[in-house]
Amino acid sequence: MNEVRFNKILVALNAILPLGLLGYDALRGQLGANPIEFFLRTTGVLTLVFLIVTLSVTPLRKLFGWNFVIKYRRMLGLFAFFYGLLHLTTYSVFDKSLDLKLIGADVIQRPFIALGMTAFLMLVPLAVTSTNGWIKRLGGKRWARLHKLIYPIAILGVIHFWMIVKSDVFYPAVFGTILTALFVFRLFPKLTAGTNAGDPKKVRQI
Amino acid sequence: MSQKAVKPSEITPESTYLNRRNFIRAGIFAGTSLATGLTYRYFNPISEKEPAQTEISTVSAQTEQSTKEKPNTFEEITNYNNFYEFSTSKGRVASAAKGFVTRPWTVEVGGLVNKPKVFDIDDLLKFDQEERIYRFRCVEAWSMVIPWMGFPLKKLLDQVEPLSAAKYVAFETYYHGSSTNPDVKLPIGPNGMQSSFSAGIDFPYVEGLRLDEALHPLTILATGLYGKPMPNQNGAPIRLVVPWKYGFKSIKSIVKITLTDTEPPTTWNLANSDEYGFYSNVNPEVDHPRWSQGAERRIGEFSTRTTLMFNGYADQVAGLYAGMDLRKYF
Repeated sequence: MNEVRFNKILVALNAILPLGLLGYDALRGQLGANPIEFFLRTTGVLTLVFLIVTLSVTPLRKLFGWNFVIKYRRMLGLFAFFYGLLHLTTYSVFDKSLDLKLIGADVIQRPFIALGMTAFLMLVPLAVTSTNGWIKRLGGKRWARLHKLIYPIAILGVIHFWMIVKSDVFYPAVFGTILTALFVFRLFPKLTAGTNAGDPKKVRQI
Repeated sequence: MSQKAVKPSEITPESTYLNRRNFIRAGIFAGTSLATGLTYRYFNPISEKEPAQTEISTVSAQTEQSTKEKPNTFEEITNYNNFYEFSTSKGRVASAAKGFVTRPWTVEVGGLVNKPKVFDIDDLLKFDQEERIYRFRCVEAWSMVIPWMGFPLKKLLDQVEPLSAAKYVAFETYYHGSSTNPDVKLPIGPNGMQSSFSAGIDFPYVEGLRLDEALHPLTILATGLYGKPMPNQNGAPIRLVVPWKYGFKSIKSIVKITLTDTEPPTTWNLANSDEYGFYSNVNPEVDHPRWSQGAERRIGEFSTRTTLMFNGYADQVAGLYAGMDLRKYF
């Protein structure tokens, strides 16, 4: 088994492990008195975690020269989609009994649901076009432009989380802060210069 | 002396090399999984649960106000709580409130009354206690059925004789226990409670009712549940229960009751007046920006059920709001 293959399995295992533990706790009846709400919240948080980890790939490459991490970015992004899908499915099945009318009413009446739904809908084309075939079909440039959608998706995700919290905004604030830091890095590469940032030659050598 | 370059593969036999590599990989596998697992566990700890209890009520016969619905288990009722003074996580309130000291405890009743009085909790526990099995509907769209123990608030209010000018009743939750009234005796200090800043709402928690709501026979001061003294996480030693209003109106761990002529401020209304009104009657027709109030999840059930007007107590309480626009007075 070569190094990349091993690492891919490693990343996949660690990405699926939270779901394994969640399922294990569910089987033992350890999700508290309202297991659906717990499952919904946890899958939502995991979606945000994977969005942020995916967005961290480029800064990690530029700051530390860890270019190898690019090989696992697609998988990380797909896990964000996977947890997002679980999150949306849990909501649709258990909270709304798969009633499209109820879901539609929720989207209209509750801005935080509308934001979450929008973010998920934007994530769908990214997941679909994540294959090598689609990268070729779209062409690298267009593909990259499309995949910039991950920025608004992550912003909407954090706002969505912020809006459902009643008063204790600690965790949404943590996600918001990390996201802001990642954006600052992208928008102002000079601020974070002094390492490998903005030196393509140096990056290429590694 | 010239030397031919030696390739690593000539020194280390392939099998040893592969074994070592596999060993390292197994280590990386185990190490990262452990780190991921522990991170997950750190954020989702297994909480120490209140042990399940034999669900036998030892108290007086069920009164006619009680619902015939099956109550939630003691375990459910005592491990899923909104009590922001202890934690904003419903699953963690029970453990956070473990060390909460509730003696000495007094309830100061005053304001627009003839006979203001500071009641000792042990005297309040001598009031005739009856069991009331009520539906409990949280604004977060979940619900329970809870076998409370307690007595009508009216019994207490009758003792202090409200003045005719009194129109409202204000309640206050324990917070740090200090008071200027020498008769008030409470544990002094944080007593396990967190800061306002951590909770995101102001403390002490305050609530209020209109006087006629407070005097309604369904409105009780609860001192226990399942025939046991009130668990800390549920609002020990004494709390309000108003079954036709959203749960946050049923203020916990009460230390002060004041009769007033103006509508008293209420904590969630102060925090967010667009979402939480003074009345906060359970009303499936008045929507909330975050939770659909048309349906609820009964704890212990997977699907949802329809929310009833006034939480199913419309027959008894609808008259209190005759002629009022409940969309305006939500």
